[in-house]
Amino acid sequence: MIIKHDVVIVGAGLAGLRAALEASRYYDVAVVSKVFPTRSHSGAAQGGIAAAMGNVEEDHIDWHFFDTVKGSDYLADQNAAEVLVNDAIPAVYELEHMGVPFSRTPEGKINQRKFGGHTRNYGEAPVLRACFAADRTGHVLLHTLYDQCVKNNVRFYSEFFVTDILIKENIIRGLVAYDMIGGEFTTFHCKAMVFATGGYGRTYKITSNAHANTGDGLGILLRAGLPLEDMEFVQFHPTGLYRYGILLTEGARGEGAYLINNEGKRFMEKYAPKLMELAPRDMTSRSIQTEINEGFGINGEDYVYLDLRHLGEKKINERLPEITGFCRKIAGVDPVKEPIPIQPTAHYSMGGIPVTIDSEVLADGKSQKVEGFYAAGECACVSVHGANRLGTNSQLETVVFGRRAGKAIVEFLKENGTEKADLPEDQIKTSIDRVEGIKNNKGDEKVGVIRHELQETMMRKVGIFRDEQKLKEMLKKVRELEERAEHLQIDDKGMKFNTDLTEALELDNLLHFAEIIVSGALNRQESRGSQYRTDYPKRDDVNWLKHTLAFKKEGEFIFDYKPVVITKFQPKERKY
Amino acid sequence: MIKVNVRVSRFNPEEGNVKPHFEEFTVEADPTEKVLDLLHKIKWEQDGTLAFRRSCAHGICGSCAMKIDGRNMLACESLISNLKDPTRVTVEPLQSLPVLKDLVVDMDDFFKKYEIVKPYLINKTPPPTKERYQSVEDRELIDESTKCIQCAACTTSCPSNWKNPQFLGPAALLKSYRYCFDSRDEGMDERIRILDNGDGVWRCHTIFNCVEACPKDINITWHISELKKKLVSREY
Repeated sequence: MIIKHDVVIVGAGLAGLRAALEASRYYDVAVVSKVFPTRSHSGAAQGGIAAAMGNVEEDHIDWHFFDTVKGSDYLADQNAAEVLVNDAIPAVYELEHMGVPFSRTPEGKINQRKFGGHTRNYGEAPVLRACFAADRTGHVLLHTLYDQCVKNNVRFYSEFFVTDILIKENIIRGLVAYDMIGGEFTTFHCKAMVFATGGYGRTYKITSNAHANTGDGLGILLRAGLPLEDMEFVQFHPTGLYRYGILLTEGARGEGAYLINNEGKRFMEKYAPKLMELAPRDMTSRSIQTEINEGFGINGEDYVYLDLRHLGEKKINERLPEITGFCRKIAGVDPVKEPIPIQPTAHYSMGGIPVTIDSEVLADGKSQKVEGFYAAGECACVSVHGANRLGTNSQLETVVFGRRAGKAIVEFLKENGTEKADLPEDQIKTSIDRVEGIKNNKGDEKVGVIRHELQETMMRKVGIFRDEQKLKEMLKKVRELEERAEHLQIDDKGMKFNTDLTEALELDNLLHFAEIIVSGALNRQESRGSQYRTDYPKRDDVNWLKHTLAFKKEGEFIFDYKPVVITKFQPKERKY
Repeated sequence: MIKVNVRVSRFNPEEGNVKPHFEEFTVEADPTEKVLDLLHKIKWEQDGTLAFRRSCAHGICGSCAMKIDGRNMLACESLISNLKDPTRVTVEPLQSLPVLKDLVVDMDDFFKKYEIVKPYLINKTPPPTKERYQSVEDRELIDESTKCIQCAACTTSCPSNWKNPQFLGPAALLKSYRYCFDSRDEGMDERIRILDNGDGVWRCHTIFNCVEACPKDINITWHISELKKKLVSREY
């Protein structure tokens, strides 16, 4: 079956929905997603969305700009970071006008809380900048944007698993998807496309990410010969619920929670005396891991405590009800009465699809655009986050760059019309054959086993602390797993809601880019942001103030680099 | 580790006339694990054909609502140690929606009802350059209703909905409350006809099954009652 739309958006999280809203004002838009829109992982974002509106205390866009660049360890492209902070305030007001139920100040304005790395006056002290709705900000943003899409009659194709894009002569033409409920392959034919497919936290064993976050969009792009940028930069969130990895918002520390080691000490005073628990995530996660490695974990085990108790029951229930709820339900810990056991958890992918500040996908990663193809949100790398993202800047990124993608598409279609380029039949066949091949493969390997080995070894060897030996071992391991994955055997041979098949396709995507994370980290002989090399513990601006680009050509990975855009803030030593 | 006997309702539409039936699996698990972990172990280690929805695994995405020992719950939040008998559990799809495969139900009807209630802010006054102000008290009125994750545990547990499938049901009515009681909304007039009829709020007979089923502890029946009060107290 072939379905035609002017615009096809892949992914129904915040970036995808925001792009859909913008483009649907003028054109026929479809959103294709492997889950129902409100199941998207944007809904798990908790703490807030940054905007220097100064509702509670003095704040300035330029402070936000500086914090974002410094937080990125100077790897953010400053032209992009400037767009992010400039668009932030109108973007949040616009969300409010759409009906987002933000928490309020006593006079009725949008309330704001503190968050890691967000400071007043270029690093002096934490500032109240994160606009929030209790600790379910992402949830209410996602539901409000979905509601707006319902109002605008956006067409949704839920539970369609995209297998490949169709691209020829550098023009996007459509995509192939497996319709899980219909039980058949469907081709979408379009003039413009947005990828808003999210991150790849599920490359790791301990992660805050949903089962769905397997970076499918990135695997698809590599298969289409397009590059990925800065994939070695994976953020570990400091406070994942011990053993589960479930996110406990930085908003907890924004409200005043402590990090405590086995001696009952607030150990962050050793690592970030000025910002303490509100240091950026890369530093805080490293500090926690250092405490654990040096024997200061609770009971000598690999966790420390997040302590909320002194905040009092009223504030905890009012400001942090979601995390309190699942701590009680899932871990049997009552944060009002007990400290919460936590460990760093794989959380966010700074890297992704190289795009312009108008979300246009770059075929060479540098300047050559793919006609009609856009990407926004976590799957994209603009790069506003560089080597380390600040909390609350990701929800901001999704709405700012999702909107810009939508606007750019409207301009593109006004200029070029909606007549679609021909579908490359051979590519449709190749994609379906690949899926059928995986489904009907006769081998002796199980998806669950290979995926577990990947996640478990990535955790140990490409985690917070990396070195050449571990990375080389991991590279060998990834190649071994890729080899073994050719002998997969799945049980479900049907076509209706075959999640045995979609899990195999997800694993295929994970294995497509896992090697890039590892090789990128191995090549980069320095420590910057989330990438910490114990054998190269210093940042090296002379050799490594540049973005990594990786392509897959004829089965081999080729690496290239491009300079960082520096406009206002020269790289300096990063202290908090 | 304990051994858990898991009875799972199975149905595969591609197997001709085979009706839904139970299949039993034995799974080793720690009592601190969840029913979702049991299903994953079955799928990943014993039978890859088992179909169910899940994603976030911590109760915010709303994918994995199902009937566990006869009650609607999220599989990701159901601790094995909290089961009536941690060594035995029965898992079935949500009641009253068509089963597509195993534990996967057809949610189309559920989301159609969602769309019927005009689930969006209606405000025709041009917005100010900054935010629309809302008092802390007005915000509090809608706080609980914004917790909803659209998992369908409430609507599929509602006897009024079983009896009359046209009934909008608790989830859609809760969503309606969320906007009707938002101090920034001006759309009550547009929503009256949708709510004030036999398939709207009056079909709720305060049975409270929805409240019992809600994994987010929302007092849905209270919210529907507030909608009823708003309708009867309107001046025409």
